[in-house]
Order: sequence, then C-alpha cells, then structure tokens
Amino acid sequence: MGECPVCGGNVETEGSLEVGEILTCNECGGDLEVKSLNPVVLAEAPESEEDWGE
Amino acid sequence: MNLGFLHGIVRVEEKLLLDEIRKRSNVEIVKLHDTEIIFDLHNIKKDVDIVLERCVSHSRALSALKILNDNEIPTVNRFEVADICGSKFLTTQAIIKSNIPAPKCFIAYTPESALKAIEGLGYPCILKPAVGSWGRLLSKVNDKESAEALLEHKKTLGSYHHSVFYIQEYIEKMGRDIRSFVIGDEVICAVYRNSKHWRSNTALDAYTTNCPVTDEIKEISLKAAEAVGGGVVGVDLFENSGLQVNEVNYTMEFRNSTKITGVNIPEKIVDYVIKEGRR
Repeated sequence: MGECPVCGGNVETEGSLEVGEILTCNECGGDLEVKSLNPVVLAEAPESEEDWGE
Repeated sequence: MNLGFLHGIVRVEEKLLLDEIRKRSNVEIVKLHDTEIIFDLHNIKKDVDIVLERCVSHSRALSALKILNDNEIPTVNRFEVADICGSKFLTTQAIIKSNIPAPKCFIAYTPESALKAIEGLGYPCILKPAVGSWGRLLSKVNDKESAEALLEHKKTLGSYHHSVFYIQEYIEKMGRDIRSFVIGDEVICAVYRNSKHWRSNTALDAYTTNCPVTDEIKEISLKAAEAVGGGVVGVDLFENSGLQVNEVNYTMEFRNSTKITGVNIPEKIVDYVIKEGRR
C-alpha cells in the first residue's frame, strides 16, 4: 500500500508498477504519479498540458 | 541490444510496451524519463542502439528526437515524423502534396481573413488549433455568429499556436471514423471509432469496434504513413464517398484496439523497433 499525498488514504500498489505510472486514489479520486518504487512514493499527477496527446 | 524507452507519464500503452520488451532476450531497457533526462548538447551519450519515443508531451518528444537523430541515434519515430504529425498544418500539407484525398482545408492568419475563409467554405466547418491532440479545442462552427465569437476568443485568449487559423471542411461521419495502425510497410489492423458526438476521439469516450482492413484502407493508410515519413503511426480516416485522411498520429494510443482487433499491437511495435535497432 502507498499513501495518497492528497488525502492520506491508502492506495493499492500491489503488482508491477512503473515509475511515471498514473494511479487513482480510491478514497479521494485524485490522480497520482508513481515517483519511485522502493519504497513506493506517490505524488499528485501533473495536469494535462496543451501539447499533450498522441 | 540496449533499447532506450523515452517517456513521461506511463499510460496503459507504455506499460504494455515495457512488458513486451521485457519478454525479449538480449534486450535491455534503458528508461529515459523526460522529467529527469538532461541532454549535454556537446556530449551526447551513445549508450543505446535505438530509442522508442513514448512521451505524452509533444514539445519534449520533438526536441529529444532532434537531439538523438542528430547524434545518429535511431528512433521510432524519427524527428521529422514527429514534427510533421505534431502539426495539423504540416500533416495536411504532406497529405495534399502526396495527392492523398483529404477534406478541404484553409489556413489564415487573422480573424478577418479566417472569417472570409469560413464564409467561403460554408457551415458547418471545423476550427482546429495548429498543435493539439485528443480532440482538445476543436470547434464545430455552425454559423457566422459563432465563427465571429470563436475567432475573437482565439485571438484574445489563445496562445501562439492559436494565431494560425486552421479551418477544415466538416465531414458528416455518420457516427464513426476509422483509425488504422501502420507499422513500417504494413497496416496491422484498423478500428472504427464510434461516437454520436461529432468528435470521435477515444479520449472523449468514443468506443472502438473492429474494422476489417480493406484494400482501400490499406492503400490510403500506407500512402499517408509514407507522406509523413513512415514508422509507427495511427492514421485517422473519414469515409466520405471514398476515404479521406484527417490526421496522422505519431505516438499512437492503442489500449482500446488490441483486444478488439485480435492483433497484439505492442508486440508488433516492439518487433519493429528491435528490427530497426539491429539495422
């Protein structure tokens, strides 16, 4: 489990994670970015920017 | 082989690609996170054989690809492809130059000339930002009053990219358009993107169904891919008494398409990248 930096809630971090992956906090619904793996550190995900896309 | 994986946030597509690369023997992943990477322009390390670019940020992708390619590090896709596909104007220009069918399109530089172009084209029509994706800031212009309001808002509120007005003929898509997936010289699969909305980006909740790759889809998709420089691209097609190319995407998303088409898209992409890296 990781800790949501926004609401302090528990965030599921089981399974294979990647640095940069976006997770959603089940408690506050916020999008979180995986900043590191050992230990798992989460931060608020960056806002979508004008040049983002495919 | 050292395979560089250039990325920002990791979406479903990047996870699938990383999982696929890890299955390959003799391939080491060198992850290059765009928030951490520093390019010393006088001294670029050449510790990778090829780089697969999967940045969500166009501007970061573009400069990174330019640096890598100028230092003879091959990339998928190449800088030129990203440069063209990242600009709706450059993409349309490349498509037209290659005599590939596309909707009517006008470029204008002032609200007054843009309004003239819109009036000449007729309503409805589409106003697009020169740079952008996921259907963001696309406007369907239904009449002169909305055209005047949109142009004024773009002039007042828009960034540099909104100072070039890209005006496209509105194509009635009858609830769907087509996204074909091109890798090298092969159209590996295609999907219908179904939506009741006039925009049919899956980022805007369109849903996908399988689209059999007909000879016509294959031909126009390969021509469009070649027109923008080739590689791994997603080609958006309108069905309008014959197919027309709308846009070409160079960091294509495919999360909704692998299961529906039965084609393992990440596997095909990784096969292509490794093949290019071993050239």
